[in-house]
Formats: sequence, structure tokens, C-alpha cells
Amino acid sequence: MGLDDVVIVGMAETDLGVVTDRGPMELGVQATKLALDDAGLDLRAIDGLITCNSLVHPVMYHAEATAEYLGIEPRHCLSVGTGGGTTFTALRYAAAAIQTGMAHTVVVSMADSMRSFMTRERAMIVQASSGHPLYEQPYGPTVPAYYALIARAHMAEFGTTEEQFAEAMVSSREWSAMNPTAQYRERITVNDVMTSKPIADPLKMLDCSIVSDGGAAIVLTSRERAADLPHAPISILGYGEGHSYEHISQSKNLTTSAALRSGQLAYADAGLTARDIDIAQLYDCFSPALLIQLEDLGFCDKGEGGAFLQSGATRPGGSLPVNTHGGMLSHCHPGNPGAMFGLTEAIAQFRGLAGPRQQQDPQHILLHAQGGIMSSHATVILGRGV
Amino acid sequence: MQKVLPDPSPLARPYFDGCREGQLLLQSCQTCDKPQFYPRVVCSHCGASTLHWTPASGRGSVASFTIVRRAVSQAYDAPYVLALIDLAEGPRMMSQVIDVDIDTMTVGIEVSVAFEAWSDEIDMPVFRPV
Ligand SMILES: [Zn+2]
Repeated sequence: MGLDDVVIVGMAETDLGVVTDRGPMELGVQATKLALDDAGLDLRAIDGLITCNSLVHPVMYHAEATAEYLGIEPRHCLSVGTGGGTTFTALRYAAAAIQTGMAHTVVVSMADSMRSFMTRERAMIVQASSGHPLYEQPYGPTVPAYYALIARAHMAEFGTTEEQFAEAMVSSREWSAMNPTAQYRERITVNDVMTSKPIADPLKMLDCSIVSDGGAAIVLTSRERAADLPHAPISILGYGEGHSYEHISQSKNLTTSAALRSGQLAYADAGLTARDIDIAQLYDCFSPALLIQLEDLGFCDKGEGGAFLQSGATRPGGSLPVNTHGGMLSHCHPGNPGAMFGLTEAIAQFRGLAGPRQQQDPQHILLHAQGGIMSSHATVILGRGV
Repeated sequence: MQKVLPDPSPLARPYFDGCREGQLLLQSCQTCDKPQFYPRVVCSHCGASTLHWTPASGRGSVASFTIVRRAVSQAYDAPYVLALIDLAEGPRMMSQVIDVDIDTMTVGIEVSVAFEAWSDEIDMPVFRPV
């Protein structure tokens, strides 16, 4: 069975933003159930379950614990951990499980509750602990500081400005203003970003993603089985990964990431180029991460990411709508599941359900996520259902 | 609250012993002649395990930096300068730059190593402008 014989047939999001009455496990279970309802399938139809662990309430065997909670006994369980890149790595594993006959119908489900179930102080420390325990963490890095090192290097090499980084949040809010599920929906200006609280120079509060609660899930099955299900199946046209280091101090090139390789592999797999992409859902954990992905994924030349953002290309009406749901800068960022909402939004765009954010008949949507500090990258290109 | 202090593995012990003696040590590969940081059991350039410790010059330049305004915990006094240092010998490492005017700090400045006692057991290498 080839990758084109595997399709996405269901998706759902839980309540998002600030959710105080349910923790990560409950949200993940809720997402799974809702995604199956959307796919027109019963819980018993799942024979594969792929999840990512919670940072807030980590459990030793997460997918297995989730299956137990649901009262199901799948043939295949897997908990994936590539940080922010987990979403698309998990999607590819799900497809591979179906391709190889390990499972027939697989749910990818992720949720976390960084906002309501962890103190800000604890969240800072947990997230910064991705740094090397001997050679990085003692120096007091924070996650924004890691990304600030990248931002500063880009400024020094290409003359990128803080105002250009600020455009990331401006664009994000233009989209989230049209999304009722987004946590932050107020339009802002470059000046608002520039005058927001300094966090780790050159990054300010409004260069950083938000902290949320929430979960989402998708359902994959064979194209053959999808014929009986309610929604037009969505195809996985291409996939690629890139890994060039884990710790930022081991990066040989701070301004070009392994998104370059990840993207090249995905484009080659799909037989497409950046010009064929109608919408891009990128990993906007911090403004420089978004800017560098725009370059590395071929949407503009290296060093031109700042000018590209400033041109308005990524905003509503622009040549490359980016993060049409609002992204992790404004919509929802519960921790590792952040990229799930780019995926559910992509499915909504294909189905024509994105309301005022709807793009006209998108054919190809590129999704990219990365974990670590621009460390582990995964790119997927989805195609409109037929 | 205490700073994050390294708990050196046997492999890392010579590095931290070196720091206590005021010397920055790198592993150097006898097969391909290249130095590496951080210490490993194999050479990350050629895969050989013929590694031995050699003193570095302690000189380098700032590849990038950030001024951390919001500290990771109360143990750290913000603002502080977190930096990636390109050592003269080649390897890159994370550190802090101390004794610098944060308003004039720039990428590319030359720095040299200094050692700060962070506990009875641990001296940490930091850098100051030359
Ligand atoms: Zn070697």
C-alpha cells in the first residue's frame, strides 16, 4: 500500500484557550471521541492509537493509558516525542501503520494544559530543560532566549529588523480576529509588539507564542474504507523530515535550519514546489522561527523573510496565507500539540468550513512543525479530497 | 532557589576538573586532528574513539547572544547575557558574557574565558570581552 492509499477522514478540536475543568488526559480523550464522531466511526473502529505525552501530567505509557481510559484494545499504540514536530511525525507513523497492515484505522490525538494546570514558573523550567544539562542549562537559558539567539544571528547576517519580526504577530492577529476559537483575537500593530515587555532581546512578549489548554485529534484510514465515510478524504501528498542537531549550541548554522531539507523531501515526495502551495500552516512558536521557515521552505529567498513578512504576503488577501487559524502566536498553544491546530484548520479549509477565513478551493496545503530549537523538523503536504 | 549546577558524568569529569584549575579543555581527535565540544566517547567529525584532552586557548568570538530580561528562575539575576561562543579552535559552546555593557553588546566581539565558582565543586567557564 502506498502513501496515497492512506487518507484523513476525521478531525476535531476540544474547547480551547483556558479550560479549567478538564486536564490533558480528559481533553485528549474528548478530542479522540469527537474526531471519531466526525469521521462517522465508532470507538471500536480504532485499531491504532498514536498520542504525545503531556508536559503537565506526564505518564509512562501515554498511548496505552489513553486506550485504557477509552476502554479500547488497539492492535497498535505509540507515544511520539519529537517536541513540536510530534504532530506530523505522528501523522506519518499513523499512515505507515496503515500502509504496512499494523492497523487499519488510526487516531492521532494530542492535548495538554500548560495554561491552567502548570504555574508559569514551572512551565519556564520544564520547557528550558530541553537544554543540555551540563553545557547549556547552567547558564540560565529560557526557551525565548534560545530563539532570541537565532533572531540575533539573523539580524547580524541579513540586516533583519525587530520591526520585521514583529510582523509575525500582526499577521497572526489578522487571522485570529476572524476565528471565534482563538484565544487572542484583538488586532495589533508593529508598535504594540515593539513596546511589549522585553523577554530576551530582541524578542518581546508579543514575539512569543501564547500558553493555552486544548487538544485535537484526526482519524486516518485506507482510501478504500474511506469510500463509505461522510467526508471527502484528504490525501497526504508528501512528507519529509530534517534533523541537524538537538541542542542549539551544536547548531552549525543558526540562520538556515533543517526545515530546508525537510521541505525539499516533502516537495520531492509530492512532486510540487513552494509555488504550488495555496496555504502554509507553519510552526510559529516565536517570530524568528516563522521567519526562517518562510525562507527554508522556499516561500522567499534566504535573508528575505523579514521583507516577505513586511509585505503582508502572509496576511488575509496576501499571496501566501500563513496560519489561517491564527497559529500558536494567537490561536492555541497548549505545549507539544500546538501544530495540531494547523492541521485541523487545513482540513477545515479543504472542507470549506473555515468561515470568514476560508480560502477559495485550496488544492495544496503545506504544514510544517519543528521541535527543540529549530532542531527536528517535519513537513507534510496535504491534497484536497476527491 | 539554586542555579542549575552540572552533575558531571565520569566522561565530563576532566572538563570540569579543568575548569577548577582555570583551564578550558577540549577533546581532540588523534585520527582526524579536529577538536570537539561537548565531550563524547566518539569523534563527531570522523567517528574515531581516539580522543584526548587538550587545553584550548580560551579565546573566541560571539556567534550570537541575547540579553535575558526574564530569568529562567529566581536563582538567576536578570538581565544577563546568554551567548554562543565560537572558540578559536573551532567548536561552538553556550556560555554567559560577563563584565560587558549590555547596551553596546554586538555579535562578533572577541572574548576570552574566565571561571566563576558557582559552588564548592563547580567552576563554570564564562567569557568577558577582550
Ligand atoms: Zn576525528
